[in-house]
Amino acid sequence: MSDDNSELSARQRDEARAALQRDLPFALSPSGSFPSPEGGPDLLATSDIVVEAQQIAAVARYLRASLNYIYLSNITAVDLLAHGCFELVYHFYRLSGGPALTIKTRLPREKPELPSLTPFWPGAAFQEREAYDLFGIVFKGHPDLRRIYMWDEFEGFPMRKDFVRQGDKYLSE
Amino acid sequence: MLSTDELQINIGPQHPSTHGVFRLLTRLEGETIIELTPVFGYLHRNHEQLGEANSYLQNMPFTDRLDYFNSMANNHAYALAVEKLAGIEVPERAEYIRVIMVELTRILNHAGAIGFLFNDMGAWQTQLAFSMREREKILDLFEMVSGARMMCNYFRFGGVVRDLPPEFLPALQDLLEAMPAFIDELERLLSENEILLARTQNIGILPKELAISYSVTGPMLRASGIPYDIRKAEPYSIYDRFDFDIPIGSVGDVYDRFLVRIEEMRQSRRILLQALEQLPDATGSHINPKARQNVRPPVGDAYTRIESPKGELGFYLVSDGSTKPYRYKIRAPSFINLTPLGDLCRGHKIADVVVILGSIDIVLGEVDR
Repeated sequence: MSDDNSELSARQRDEARAALQRDLPFALSPSGSFPSPEGGPDLLATSDIVVEAQQIAAVARYLRASLNYIYLSNITAVDLLAHGCFELVYHFYRLSGGPALTIKTRLPREKPELPSLTPFWPGAAFQEREAYDLFGIVFKGHPDLRRIYMWDEFEGFPMRKDFVRQGDKYLSE
Repeated sequence: MLSTDELQINIGPQHPSTHGVFRLLTRLEGETIIELTPVFGYLHRNHEQLGEANSYLQNMPFTDRLDYFNSMANNHAYALAVEKLAGIEVPERAEYIRVIMVELTRILNHAGAIGFLFNDMGAWQTQLAFSMREREKILDLFEMVSGARMMCNYFRFGGVVRDLPPEFLPALQDLLEAMPAFIDELERLLSENEILLARTQNIGILPKELAISYSVTGPMLRASGIPYDIRKAEPYSIYDRFDFDIPIGSVGDVYDRFLVRIEEMRQSRRILLQALEQLPDATGSHINPKARQNVRPPVGDAYTRIESPKGELGFYLVSDGSTKPYRYKIRAPSFINLTPLGDLCRGHKIADVVVILGSIDIVLGEVDR
């Protein structure tokens, strides 16, 4: 079963990549724009489609309009500290079934900003707020970008790998 | 008509009908909702960061605490993600045991959700007691296999922690034989109660297009008329071997959401009966003996999802080759199903808010993480 699924997901990915190459070639970002650290694991290596961060809204709308990926399921932020970037992972589905289409995009850690998908998929609203709250990623065009879990006065972004935990008496034990 | 000033009312965070610590900020015109904003975070413990500090196996009992009604389903989704990441095979018998546990979970979750609906509408405790009685029977089965009633911690990478005890299968058979009477009774309580019909029909309608753009999943999506079930759309485990239907609603209101849940209980029973029939022929044992529990997956990432009773439960894991996940992300169904709550409530009376919220079926352990 899982073999079928991984084959299907590879085929979906290749089709989507070919379509993007044809219609939105400027959105496919060149690989290797962030350096891999020497010695450490290379978390940037991937077979998934990697797009230019500022084009994510255009790519998502293209997937919905032309390739029938109308369902945006999941948005994940990952802090790749050693590579100096954040990675955002989007999972899209077709309602007719089949595995996810994974779209990744990378942002510099100094200025993590990219367009929001909330205007087109209101279901992204809370997930983008979560990524903002815990990672400090700014989604431009989000109608209500504020903290969702932490309290409003909280400073810092706790899911970042360089977040310094403080005030926890159990930390030193 | 009298003109009234706008009124702001704060519901929660400590309020019995919010199903946990959850706050709703409402703006009212008379009794009618103009705007409703959910406020989260009262149960936030940064589960995902704690998950990065644990080893892969240590996270297994930790997933029980997400949606504490459905610990077996959480275990399943997490086990699938780690198995995909580390390339672990699962024996056939273990797959059957897993399916039995997850389908039992679905029945107890839906029974509970329907029982709480009556509570939310003021029919205190009687109907809920019927549901809880049924839930107890299933929890007894869970205790038999795992030693715990709610925090089961039963799944392991490559299977389940121990095989079914000899008394389990006869007990399950008895439970399934008695179940149709319970489900019919529950349905009669829903569909023959005039007050309930008045309170739930045409309340909180979620149209198809909105359900899709709001990323809603599970019974809520199906009640809006979209036959999307991950067990069929992207079959995982051994769900492609079972014959079952996907119930859908026609209107997309609160009432449809509960009818869909009733029908899903019947379908789960069908799956369980088929699983019981096929289980004796299943090969292998309850766990893959070669599967290491202190896994060290290769560098990479994996996303898996299951049809949990509340919707799409997904785990996205990133491995850096060490014994701990580099990133441990949960796509929590009841968190994302809450997104349309403001839209669903607008224009309805304040008393309908608790009913609409109940029909989404949230658990705050999962919403706040």
